[in-house]
Amino acid sequence: MASPAERAVGTLGASRLILAHAWVAFAAFTIACLLGVWQMLARSPLDAPAHSASNYFRSVTLHGVSMAFVLTTFFIMAFGYFVAETALKRPVPGKGWAWAAFWMGIAGTLMTALAIASGNASVLYTFYPPLTATVWFYIGLVLVVVGSWIWCAIMIAAMRQWKAANPGQPVPLAMFATVANAIMWLWTTAGVAAELLFQMIPAALGLNGMVDVGLSRTLFSWTLHAIVYFWLFPSYIAFYTMAPRAAGGRLYSDTMGRIAFILFLLYSLPVGLHHLFMDPEHSNGFKFLQMFLTALVSIPTLLTVFTITASFEIAGRMRGGSGLFGWIRSLPWDRPMVLATGLAFLMLFWGGGGGLINMSYGMNAMVHNTSWVTAHFHLIFGGTVVIMYFAIAYAMWPRLTGRAFASARPLLLQLWLWFVGMMVMTLPWHWTGLQGQWRRVAAFDYSNPLVASWGPWVIVSLLGGVVLAVSALLFVANLAANHRSDAALGTVDVPYAEAVHPPARLPSSLNGFGLWNGLVALLMALAYGYPIAQFFIDPPPEAVVHRLH
Amino acid sequence: MAIDEGAILKSELRWAMVVGGIVLVILSAILFAALSMHINPPSNREFADPKTLHTSDEFTEANLGTRVEPDGKVVARIIATQFNFVPDCIVVPAGRDVTLRFTTPDVIHGILVAGTNVNTMIVPGYVAQVHTRFTRTGDLMMPCHEYCGLGHSQMIATVRVVPPGAFRPAADGRIACGERRPA
Repeated sequence: MASPAERAVGTLGASRLILAHAWVAFAAFTIACLLGVWQMLARSPLDAPAHSASNYFRSVTLHGVSMAFVLTTFFIMAFGYFVAETALKRPVPGKGWAWAAFWMGIAGTLMTALAIASGNASVLYTFYPPLTATVWFYIGLVLVVVGSWIWCAIMIAAMRQWKAANPGQPVPLAMFATVANAIMWLWTTAGVAAELLFQMIPAALGLNGMVDVGLSRTLFSWTLHAIVYFWLFPSYIAFYTMAPRAAGGRLYSDTMGRIAFILFLLYSLPVGLHHLFMDPEHSNGFKFLQMFLTALVSIPTLLTVFTITASFEIAGRMRGGSGLFGWIRSLPWDRPMVLATGLAFLMLFWGGGGGLINMSYGMNAMVHNTSWVTAHFHLIFGGTVVIMYFAIAYAMWPRLTGRAFASARPLLLQLWLWFVGMMVMTLPWHWTGLQGQWRRVAAFDYSNPLVASWGPWVIVSLLGGVVLAVSALLFVANLAANHRSDAALGTVDVPYAEAVHPPARLPSSLNGFGLWNGLVALLMALAYGYPIAQFFIDPPPEAVVHRLH
Repeated sequence: MAIDEGAILKSELRWAMVVGGIVLVILSAILFAALSMHINPPSNREFADPKTLHTSDEFTEANLGTRVEPDGKVVARIIATQFNFVPDCIVVPAGRDVTLRFTTPDVIHGILVAGTNVNTMIVPGYVAQVHTRFTRTGDLMMPCHEYCGLGHSQMIATVRVVPPGAFRPAADGRIACGERRPA
């Protein structure tokens, strides 16, 4: 048996940094899953312990903040450091800064968590004044975001240094995509940063008693959709660079990967107004324009589905699969990354279909703020995104601990449970949403006949939630067991797929972001220039700030 | 496995065209519905000062609820407030155009009428307006669908859709739910 020192040979220089980030992410995730189950019990016809409106909204706030800000930000930072070190094969630059960003994020997370636990921040995880939480809630979240900005700078610096050392060489796709995400995140956070600094924090401090609500909603919408792509990027990076390799094949087209990531950078930003379709502060013209741009953002997803399916087909045929669909059967579904990709695509299919309906401008009225929307984003974020986070963690962990997983079976079981739980939970939500079940409610009055008919569906979705919680606990148990595993780490290989035709040389537009930053600026000016300017040209009456504390 | 680079490019372009075609079809359907059937989100962009709602003419208390305007239009005016609608029941006729106008003096609210496509956010500073036509008679639920504070879950109003014959407004055009019947 190998000694721990020998086992550690395969580990990375940034292992401790990556493990610290990832464990914070997954601790927040586990807590949020358990809260989620309690929330579903509270909304069902069954009795939930400690059920009150105050506890419910406190729980929803903690669930949303943990999932949307803590899990995602810390995991994406962990994965970025991993990609920078493994794809570029260089140490992560500025490790002191990276640790400073980590501790800043921890301080912010604790500050926010305490604010929520104290009951002074039950405003959910979105920022919609005039309802205003204690200022510690906002300052805590600002610290998390500022930490992530440092990470963005490190990612950009890592790519710059590599390019300087490898002039004219194509940046490895995984790193190109990671930097695309970092740049997009810097753009994305500008909207919410402006809202927090100029509106929410002064209001929470009592510096101003009035607030322009239309302006805050518009600034927040700037961030509101692109942030989802920030969360989604690691999944797409895994689709393009890790899944084809895990399947034993090659990436069908490296260029298509680059184009997809550039399209995400361009089109995820000027679309946030689609969250305000039912709002009175914007007229139809800009709503239509941003709906049009939203439709375009479905293009890189559909391109990805094709390229990854083609890559899997190559792998399946190399393994002896034949016929129109025979290659699907011969894929190695017993490998977590391959299984997760397949399941992620299924959830993307359902979630994406629902998203097209949300996007549809007029049709949105049928589902806006119903449980249909909750179902949509749980399938996309909780489904597609998080299941790929699992698969990425399973791929990273042996490189971080120097220990292999003793068996793949509990990993595969965990992924299946997540998929089944997510489908069982969200399909009833779609149905009750279509019937008008509204959102963000602490309890339903099941003595009302219409509401009573939703009861059985709500209980079915609760069962899905229980399965999800079991899966979450198994996930953490799997990772924890790896730290003590005696299984020897075989050959330490690069987890990234080669393209069928690896690019020898690339135009600078496909190897950097100068041009694309210019285009994002142009699109944002077009999509948000007037919608924001109108609040200054013709200011609406302001609203009185409502502080919760 | 040898695949010609040109063949890969060709297949990608072909698929990109299929994708572009799908998106184009969806956009055309939406554009057609918007232009020829007037299926748009509610977007009338009209201000209402949250501080003076009770003293301005339109949303003073006496003016709330359903009224048939002198020009024959049926308009219902409702204030959404933490954690109540004023009034919390409105009467509307089936099979006739109805305009619903909402505003709020406090925080953000929203409404939907379950089983219909009536849906809007109610944002302080603005009047939210929805045009609709109810087809089925009976009491419909109109809950607040945007989190507005701890009492959000209890904030529900009733839309009483009555047959055209039973819709008999008073001489001043007003009609109210009166004694609330059980739902």
